Amino acid sequence: MYGFEALNFNVDGGYLEAIVRGYKAGLLTTADYNNLCQCEHLDDIKMHLGASDYAPYLANEPSPLHTSAIVEKCTQKLVDDYNHMLSQATEPLSTFLEYITYGHMIDNVVLIVTGSLHERDVHELLEKCHPLGMFDSIATLAVAQNMRELYRLVLVDTPLAPYFSECITSEDLDEMNIEVMRNTLYKAYLEDFYRFCKKLGGATSTIMCDLLAFEADRRAINITINSIGTELTRDDRKKLYSNFGILYPYGHDELSVCEDFDQVRGAMEKYPAYQGIFAKLSFGESQMLDKAFYEEEVKRLTLTFEQQFHYAVFFAYMRLGEQEVRNLMWISECVAQQQKSRIHDGVVMIF
Amino acid sequence: MGFVLWWREWTHAFLYMSPFVFSAIGIALSVGISVLGAAWGIYITGSTLIGAAIRAPRITSKNLISVIFCEAVAIYGVIVAIILQTKLENTTQPFDPESMRAGYSLFASGIIVGFANLVCGLCVGIIGSSCALSDAQNSTLFVKILVIEIFGSALGLFGVIVGIIMSSQASWPSAPI
Repeated sequence: MYGFEALNFNVDGGYLEAIVRGYKAGLLTTADYNNLCQCEHLDDIKMHLGASDYAPYLANEPSPLHTSAIVEKCTQKLVDDYNHMLSQATEPLSTFLEYITYGHMIDNVVLIVTGSLHERDVHELLEKCHPLGMFDSIATLAVAQNMRELYRLVLVDTPLAPYFSECITSEDLDEMNIEVMRNTLYKAYLEDFYRFCKKLGGATSTIMCDLLAFEADRRAINITINSIGTELTRDDRKKLYSNFGILYPYGHDELSVCEDFDQVRGAMEKYPAYQGIFAKLSFGESQMLDKAFYEEEVKRLTLTFEQQFHYAVFFAYMRLGEQEVRNLMWISECVAQQQKSRIHDGVVMIF
Repeated sequence: MGFVLWWREWTHAFLYMSPFVFSAIGIALSVGISVLGAAWGIYITGSTLIGAAIRAPRITSKNLISVIFCEAVAIYGVIVAIILQTKLENTTQPFDPESMRAGYSLFASGIIVGFANLVCGLCVGIIGSSCALSDAQNSTLFVKILVIEIFGSALGLFGVIVGIIMSSQASWPSAPI
């Protein structure tokens, strides 16, 4: 029952909620980002990060520092935090935490399959995989030739198995099919996660279902924009949209017939939240849409911390951690390539 | 339908129960449910306090006040139980109206104190949990949230006061001359 979580949430989740709020207190603030943006070299960045929670991870890096090293160590910190929480969680929090990583698993699967298609070495690909989405037998993905084999050899033992029922065809894997497969899997994952959160009830379901609805709508808009001008038919496009969210079902109908960016903007006029996002961009400009969506996502994620006794703070912390790593990557790249003028184009301030 | 109409028989069900039954249950409720409230409040505060103190160890000593407020609720329950127990005297006329009144007032006193302390303990526990988290982020918030806790712990005191007033009028009849 919504409103009475405070009475029994702390039995299993109180300690971990306090831990995750401690981690969130360690996220970089606007003042930290301003300091980082003033840096001249990557070593300055390392020095500034030495005062933050990343200190133990970056302390031993040898001096000619690369952006990939910074990003790898910062991601490692996020993974360590996640594993610390997962090892102490009980049901249903442990299942909730595992659901957060399935998106990364899907990305890793698609990365390896695409890489094998282009004849790349498996070990090189495994190093590029996101650590949160690793599972045993991931290396075997490289031998699969079509989707049925992919499922039968590797994925049937992973948590992604139930998402494959709509994907299994005997067609060979090529560029287009792989993108369609990625989006179909992600659609099934989001719907499964949504059902799971609804079943949990209380504050968790209210807050998480809002966050997932935003994610589903954002993916629908991105799929529409990315498939403009490709061979993806309208019906195929519509099949990739999730069955929940503000845009379901009438917004999906309008999006599936859009043929350019301004038509998408017109379709979104009726939904105040998304109309506000598109209003920040002037006509014809689509590059800043990603940043506008990230800003909106960060705003919604920080709001979850206003309420106590629910699981959405864990989801929010993982997403905010990923956003922070993206910010650090952008700042490091701008500093390394001496393009400081563009540094504020890519940084989304969290606090 | 017929059951409800035989109301005389229903009143007999209460009138034939000895007042000592009601008094004993009242004393049990007074201490049992108060301690339930205190324990519930302490675990709500304690689990959050332990987790938050990992990152901000300075909060531990100050936030023990929340645990102490919850503990006070259990002490109220024990004190009232002892007071009620001293009011319980043996009598040779257990079904005298004055006797029945004494039994009922001890029962009512027990319920009052028990449930007032239950919700007071819960209230202080939940606020204490939020207090620990806020203190870990910003130490100026502690004293302000403590004021809310103090108001919350007054609820238990109200229950104790009313319970003691209820039980003070419990007098058992002496033996007929």
